[in-house]
Amino acid sequence: MFYREAGHFHDKYRDEMAIFQIREDRIGIRLLLIAAFVAVPLLHAAGVPPFAGDYLFSAVLTPLLILATAAIGLNLLVGYCGQISLGAGAFMGVGAYAAYNVSVHLPGLPLLATFLLAGAASAVVGLVFGIPSLRIKGLYLAVATLAAQFFLDWAFLRVGWITNYSASGSVTAPPLVIAGWHVDSPVERYLLVLAVAAIVALGAANLVRGNLGRQWMAIRDMDIAAEIIGIRPMQSKLTAFAISSFILGLAGALWAFVNLRAWEPYAFSIDRSFQLLFIVIIGGLGSIIGCFLGAAFIWLLPLAVEGIPRWLSIPIAADAAANLTLGVFGALILITLIFEPHGLARIWAIMKHKLRRWPFPY
Amino acid sequence: MKNPTTKLSMLLAAALLALPVAARGEENGQFIPVLSYRTGPFAPNGIPWANGIVDYFELINQRDGGINGVKIIYEECETGYATDRGVECYERLKNKGPTGAAFVNPLSTGITFALTEKAPVDKIPLITAGFGRSESKDGSVFTWNFPLIGTYWTAADVAVQYIAKEFGGPDKLKGRKIVLLYHDSPFGKEPIPVLEALAKKYDFQLTLIPVANPGVEQKSQWLQIRQLRPDYVVMWGWGVMNPTAIQEAANVNFPREKMLGFWFAGAEPDVVPAGAQAVGYKALMLQHGAGRARVHDDLDKYVYGKGFGKSNHTDSSGVLFNRGMVGAMLGVEGIRTAMAKFGNKPLTGEQVRWGIEHLALDENRLKELGFEGMISPIKISCSDHEGSHTSRIQQWDGKQWKVISDWYTADETMLAPMLKDAAGRYAKEKGITPRDCSKES
Repeated sequence: MFYREAGHFHDKYRDEMAIFQIREDRIGIRLLLIAAFVAVPLLHAAGVPPFAGDYLFSAVLTPLLILATAAIGLNLLVGYCGQISLGAGAFMGVGAYAAYNVSVHLPGLPLLATFLLAGAASAVVGLVFGIPSLRIKGLYLAVATLAAQFFLDWAFLRVGWITNYSASGSVTAPPLVIAGWHVDSPVERYLLVLAVAAIVALGAANLVRGNLGRQWMAIRDMDIAAEIIGIRPMQSKLTAFAISSFILGLAGALWAFVNLRAWEPYAFSIDRSFQLLFIVIIGGLGSIIGCFLGAAFIWLLPLAVEGIPRWLSIPIAADAAANLTLGVFGALILITLIFEPHGLARIWAIMKHKLRRWPFPY
Repeated sequence: MKNPTTKLSMLLAAALLALPVAARGEENGQFIPVLSYRTGPFAPNGIPWANGIVDYFELINQRDGGINGVKIIYEECETGYATDRGVECYERLKNKGPTGAAFVNPLSTGITFALTEKAPVDKIPLITAGFGRSESKDGSVFTWNFPLIGTYWTAADVAVQYIAKEFGGPDKLKGRKIVLLYHDSPFGKEPIPVLEALAKKYDFQLTLIPVANPGVEQKSQWLQIRQLRPDYVVMWGWGVMNPTAIQEAANVNFPREKMLGFWFAGAEPDVVPAGAQAVGYKALMLQHGAGRARVHDDLDKYVYGKGFGKSNHTDSSGVLFNRGMVGAMLGVEGIRTAMAKFGNKPLTGEQVRWGIEHLALDENRLKELGFEGMISPIKISCSDHEGSHTSRIQQWDGKQWKVISDWYTADETMLAPMLKDAAGRYAKEKGITPRDCSKES
């Protein structure tokens, strides 16, 4: 319907191995990126309704993109390597507090370096908590990562130097300055987060197609078979933990510095871990685009359930809307998982597939 | 347009697009967002609090036709006590109405911390009556924060003053054991610096015992308290933590008369679930307690009488309901003060900020407003964003809260330097140059 594959013949391995093998896909993704990076800020500047105020940027797009970035991190571990983790929120917290500490103790350091160090700190912590994965798997591993969550929650609250001895345990982020650019307005914050999300998504997409990603998937599908064909489980499991935690830490630093700006340990509680796991499962295990779809589902649905009656001027009490949100949310999760256990990414793929074969679907 | 389905769907689409525009119209008035939580773990406390706020706004609209004739437009947004949801609510509501939000009352310490960073950029004052960060009392640094009528540090100081009086004077505190049982979050940790300073000053032994959120697991904490045998337990809890603590105290036979809750641990939802075990339990009051004042008669007549009331009628004089009303009243009076300077029209956040900073309610004015006896006179200035530093103690007799003490005033000679220090540290961290309050009119 939109476009057909007919006439696309790859005569180079390079072409066949590209992330987007079809030219129209490549054009599409470029258009999407141009729209996100250029058109959206321009629409904001021109004052076109949904883009006019700050709301869309600071309350919808920025948190959504950060959650999607974090979900990519978790998906590498859970979706690609098959190591279930319930500690994603805590690893985000490590990133946030590491970035805070770096900015307090090394104030002259460029912000991007701060973020990378935060990711690195989170990677190290993730590596340590990944060690049990060498001996245990499945539900047992989930419980071990749950322990990581509880331990880190405890540490954020109790260990004084993590919060720079703040009396209340709540800390505030420094101003965001990147090479003289003050990232102040909601649109600028959105652009910063969008850039990070795009780089992480691209990097992750490439990673999972390469040697490392194939090792992870082999471990996920059958670890003994993988070992027999020469994959070292220790190396691949630990790299999965480290890289996943790195991205989670980066996302945590963004969540703290760009989205909340002042936060308490509760911002990275187990609720956050569950939220990320839901995003990954609903979006689709082992899919990068699924992370974005899942994050959009989780973040936009409550806003829509509250917003649509208000938009139609149907009076609805705030608490009734909140309860309605929970109900609709639960029902939709069930429906999604019953009819498409592989998540939104799979629905998206089927849709594309059907459209490409149209009018002769099979 | 031959196809009837196309025609119909186009008509429907047009109607849907037109509907919100037609229904919304151009409403003129002062917009005030209401961030509340009627769901989630803290809902039993959040519901009466939110009811008090919206009922008071409704009273102003029904009785007076608004603030000096300017109608209040308010919209509630459900935060569920979660910081990220609260930030979303704030972003959604901050630009509503003809002039944007007049002020924001976040009802949560976590959301207050997050909004403290955003308010100066958006130029919207934050009213945190009875909560928020204590050092934000220093208005020269925290231009946009107003922890009106009581900060946690005031509460901590008054708590120790009361305990000292129980023992027969501050010098009798020497060698005593006092436990602080606190909710393990910024909210619960706020009083620690003051209590530590007081422990040093009066030479009593302070033991800090945290309780994990939300507070239903306290067995080990109370075991520790039983072993320690403290002279007093000061409790800094919120929500389900409080009735649980009272029940656990009964289980280990710790006398409830020796438990002093802080003003967020002193409302009906805290003691009613604990039943007879709560008899004798004491708590600080955020100036006001439960009970009726003259404003409640107006509420009956103009709000409940006309069927606009949010709460059920018997609940509309509880501690938390009254707290909501007091907070709403302080905001409304701040707007009224600003109108005296800027005129009777919807005001911007910046103008309202000026109004709150010049808010002064003396005994007469409180009497006019119908809040006589509920709060003590308050006067806000550039250097003091709290306005009054007093509190009383109440005790639960199984049926109702009884006020059992006179007004205590916090010891400013001790708190002021600590406050200056904390605010100064924040200013340095953020690169804020404090305003010179002697030059502010």
